Amino acid sequence: MKSLEELKAIREKMQGQLGLRAEDHNHIRVVVGMATCGIASGARPVLTTLSNLVQEKNLTDKISVTQTGCIGLCQYEPIVEVMAPGQPKVTYIKMNAEKAAEVVERHLIGGHIVDEYTLNSADIK
Amino acid sequence: MYRSHVLVCGGTGCTSSGSQQIMDTLKEEIKKAGLEAEVSVVQTGCHGLCALGPIMIIYPDATFYSMVKVEDIPEIVNEHLLKGRVVTRLLYQETVTPAGVKALIDTDFYKKQHRIALRNCGIINPEIIEEYIATGGYAALGKVLTEMTPDEVIQCLLDSGLRGRGGGGFPTGLKWKLAKQNDADQKYVCCNADEGDPGAFMDRSILEGDPHAVLEAMAIAGYAIGASQGYIYVRAEYPIAVERLKIAINQAREMELLGKDIFGTGFDFDIDLRLGAGAFVCGEETALMMSIEGNRGEPRPRPPFPAQKGLFGKPTILNNVETYANIPQIILNGPEWFSSMGTEKSKGTKVFALGGKIHNTGLVEIPMGTTLREVIEEIGGGIPGGKKFKAAQTGGPSGGCIPASHYDIPIDYDNLIAIGSMMGSGGLIVMDETDCMVDIAKFFLEFTVEESCGKCTPCRIGTKRMLEILTKITKGTATMEDLDKLEELCYYVKENSACGLGQTAPNPVLSTLRYFRDEYEAHIKEKRCPAGVCKALLSYHIDAEKCRGCTLCARNCPANAITGTVRNPHVIDTDKCIKCGACIEKCKFGAIYKQ
Repeated sequence: MKSLEELKAIREKMQGQLGLRAEDHNHIRVVVGMATCGIASGARPVLTTLSNLVQEKNLTDKISVTQTGCIGLCQYEPIVEVMAPGQPKVTYIKMNAEKAAEVVERHLIGGHIVDEYTLNSADIK
Repeated sequence: MYRSHVLVCGGTGCTSSGSQQIMDTLKEEIKKAGLEAEVSVVQTGCHGLCALGPIMIIYPDATFYSMVKVEDIPEIVNEHLLKGRVVTRLLYQETVTPAGVKALIDTDFYKKQHRIALRNCGIINPEIIEEYIATGGYAALGKVLTEMTPDEVIQCLLDSGLRGRGGGGFPTGLKWKLAKQNDADQKYVCCNADEGDPGAFMDRSILEGDPHAVLEAMAIAGYAIGASQGYIYVRAEYPIAVERLKIAINQAREMELLGKDIFGTGFDFDIDLRLGAGAFVCGEETALMMSIEGNRGEPRPRPPFPAQKGLFGKPTILNNVETYANIPQIILNGPEWFSSMGTEKSKGTKVFALGGKIHNTGLVEIPMGTTLREVIEEIGGGIPGGKKFKAAQTGGPSGGCIPASHYDIPIDYDNLIAIGSMMGSGGLIVMDETDCMVDIAKFFLEFTVEESCGKCTPCRIGTKRMLEILTKITKGTATMEDLDKLEELCYYVKENSACGLGQTAPNPVLSTLRYFRDEYEAHIKEKRCPAGVCKALLSYHIDAEKCRGCTLCARNCPANAITGTVRNPHVIDTDKCIKCGACIEKCKFGAIYKQ
């Protein structure tokens, strides 16, 4: 290694991945429903997209992407919940990889809820 | 990129309880479930909770599974990793609350800890240099080489108040300053990884869990004193540590973080390993250097001190593993950060290996000045079986016992010396009311007699004679004159031995005499062992009132010493009895007692 920049480059490249192992109460938690119903309707690409983007964009110090079991709204799977400390939970339904990427960009980074994908916008009777 | 990291402890403790097979099975099962592109399996160093091994932590949710078995793996993969359902029965019970699972850092064991030397242990994969770099690794070396002069580095350490963690507590900055002042064509930086105290294993855990921290600190030391070569003297009995060090050194060389012209600054530094055969005396600095030179590991008189004439007759510094592990953090965070922790004369934190009669056997790092009570009751989870705390032994064979009357003493170098013990490398063995203090002193004396190198007479013969007197006491054949002789001999050996081994060997006897003289006297005058340990002074009896004549004891006695008929009180023949205690364990009515 001949310069500090080289060291910095390695550090930045690895930091996002290692940030996955942080324990912090103030994280924004992004939870993907991964029960049989979720997996069957395509939750896995949603989970991997969210997880990869958060790491690529070095957001692991603020956001953790985890999975959970059946939320109970099986017909709306894949479901993604975003829980930020001190804010009401946001539930996204019928997600796919593209929508997930949009949520990362607009909600997790931009701070604006993507209303059209949320449970609230769905016509539930 | 992985969405989940499964950390499996690969420290010596968890490895010996089967973590390697767990890791292999885990990888197989993950592959079977088609998750190998999503879930990464990471082997880490020690997490500290060795009593609960093998340990597994699953991130990002930081689920902490303890005592994991190979049979549990399919369930963990199919439930937790595939479907996101935590396997509740395997959770570390401390993290389970009525409100759900709480974070590991909020459990009693971790809450009061402050991890500096152990900060990466159990978090990074020690065999991947990039993971160390990601946590800020080698940034301290970069800072030192590009922004600081050697004198500034030494001043930083002096200001931090860091003292040697190997036991003596000599100020590290001062050691480096003395070595820098001596001009020579070649100087050396050595690392003492010859951890020999029975019960201490923090150095091993650091080398296994975060080897690069030690390499980085040694390179910093090389720059500060003007040395281009380092040696790590590690015992061959630590195969995992040796293996990880080899990998770490090779990786650092490949990345040119060791070798020539590091960071393009013209600074050269390299490190080699030297394996020791596990002699306790080789932890003594001059004996260690003799051994590195290829000679028999025996101490030589000081002065000249290593800072003047050390390894191969050149100025040398020798620091302990834990001391080194603190240094990169001190450089990065500044001396004030470090000196803000701890007590007036003992700064920072200290790692202790908890052992003996304590719930959470394992490794903890606490700020200096934490009380013994906090360490044992809160972090250590107290003494099992509702027994009463009697004493804690610190400093191994060189240290002494801290009795219950000093339970609230803030732990630091000077307080421990003042009460007749010492910090030592940080072994902390907890004893309860069923431990005999004479027997404990005898145990440590047996160790020093075995490990005395034999070079000087006071240690070679003195410790042997001391052990003989102790053996007489535990057999009930000693007189009060013997006790006086023992005490006299203690002071003689302490004052006249050539090196630290002999000078400190009497400490376990002296400190137990200081606080538990009544126990020694009970052995001698009343031929009685108050704790019920010394076999020669015990006899087993059956309380005829309580005995129901179930015959269980008689059937389990290996010496056929118990006689009696069904439903009638039994009797132990004390001549035949071998005092194994099998009958006490079996008796359901508490009818058997020893006195």
